[in-house]
Amino acid sequence: MDSVLKVSNLTKTYFKKSALSGFDLEVNKGKIVGLLGPNGSGKTTLLKIAGGILKESSGEILIDGKAPGVYTKSIVSYLPDLNYLHKWMKINDAIEYFKDFYSDFDVDKAKDLLIFMGLEENLKVTSLSKGMLEKLNLTLVLSRKAKLYLLDEPLGGVDPTSREKIIDAILKNYSEDSSMIVTTHLVNDIERLFDEVAFISEGKIALSGNAEELRREKCMSIDELYREVFK
Amino acid sequence: MDIEFDEKTPIYIQIMNLIKRDIANKKILVGEKLPSVREISSKLRVNPNTIQRAYQELEREGITHTLRGTGTFVKEDFQLISELKKEMAKDIIDSFISGMKNLGFERDEIINIVSIELNKEEV
Repeated sequence: MDSVLKVSNLTKTYFKKSALSGFDLEVNKGKIVGLLGPNGSGKTTLLKIAGGILKESSGEILIDGKAPGVYTKSIVSYLPDLNYLHKWMKINDAIEYFKDFYSDFDVDKAKDLLIFMGLEENLKVTSLSKGMLEKLNLTLVLSRKAKLYLLDEPLGGVDPTSREKIIDAILKNYSEDSSMIVTTHLVNDIERLFDEVAFISEGKIALSGNAEELRREKCMSIDELYREVFK
Repeated sequence: MDIEFDEKTPIYIQIMNLIKRDIANKKILVGEKLPSVREISSKLRVNPNTIQRAYQELEREGITHTLRGTGTFVKEDFQLISELKKEMAKDIIDSFISGMKNLGFERDEIINIVSIELNKEEV
């Protein structure tokens, strides 16, 4: 299979605290993978390493066959769990900023998505509500033509109608040529989007597999399974 | 096409059942083209690969056929409708009977209750 991301025995320690300990994951082309786990389980650490922002302590991580670096950053589009836009910016400044920064950024697509999300280009970033900001950040990240999208908690702190909009935007953007990892602990809203799910607990995979096979095998929804794994 | 998902069962099976139901009650006609994978995917907010799988299984069961580059069509086979109806009726009856038996009803009581209810409807 076409492996876009392959993580083997990955470990990350912050001083004495361990965030990932022997983590394994493989993501193939065209797949949407849900990385599910409670706060502090290591989800964000993994995405930061894959995004080239943090360095692993040991183990191996390959993106399109390469270790994180200049090349992998050019094919990975990362949505961090915190806002990273400058306070002085308006939405159209943010678009320009991304256009200058990433050669694969598609301005037309971004403008389409802004309309879809109901965001006006001349709004100031600081005037946006949490939900609107999440929609803007997602618009920017999805408007790159990347091979791997890393979305860290795209539904966090967002009201139910905005959540639906975000899920619709993710689906609209789906392509057989790219893959996606979505972290969340709000499983119920988004579980039908996942090809595969991986439950992460204390820096390790607790359970992983094809979402449909897991439903069949356990006679449970992924949401119920989540509660079972993390009870 | 609208659906409340019960996510305990695989979603592709629920989508197959939905399409079968729509063929049986003639919301989708024999020979008609099914919506594209993308269309259903965004309408039901389901992963496109899951829809693809439902379509593949429908084809494997002989309910649809795919014309390359054109789409997926329901077979032009009028017998299909009655077969699907029978298949789905059987599912409903099986679950009804097992539900009634769980409540402690005997065979004759079940028949009795059903005929009383059916008679009520006719009045």
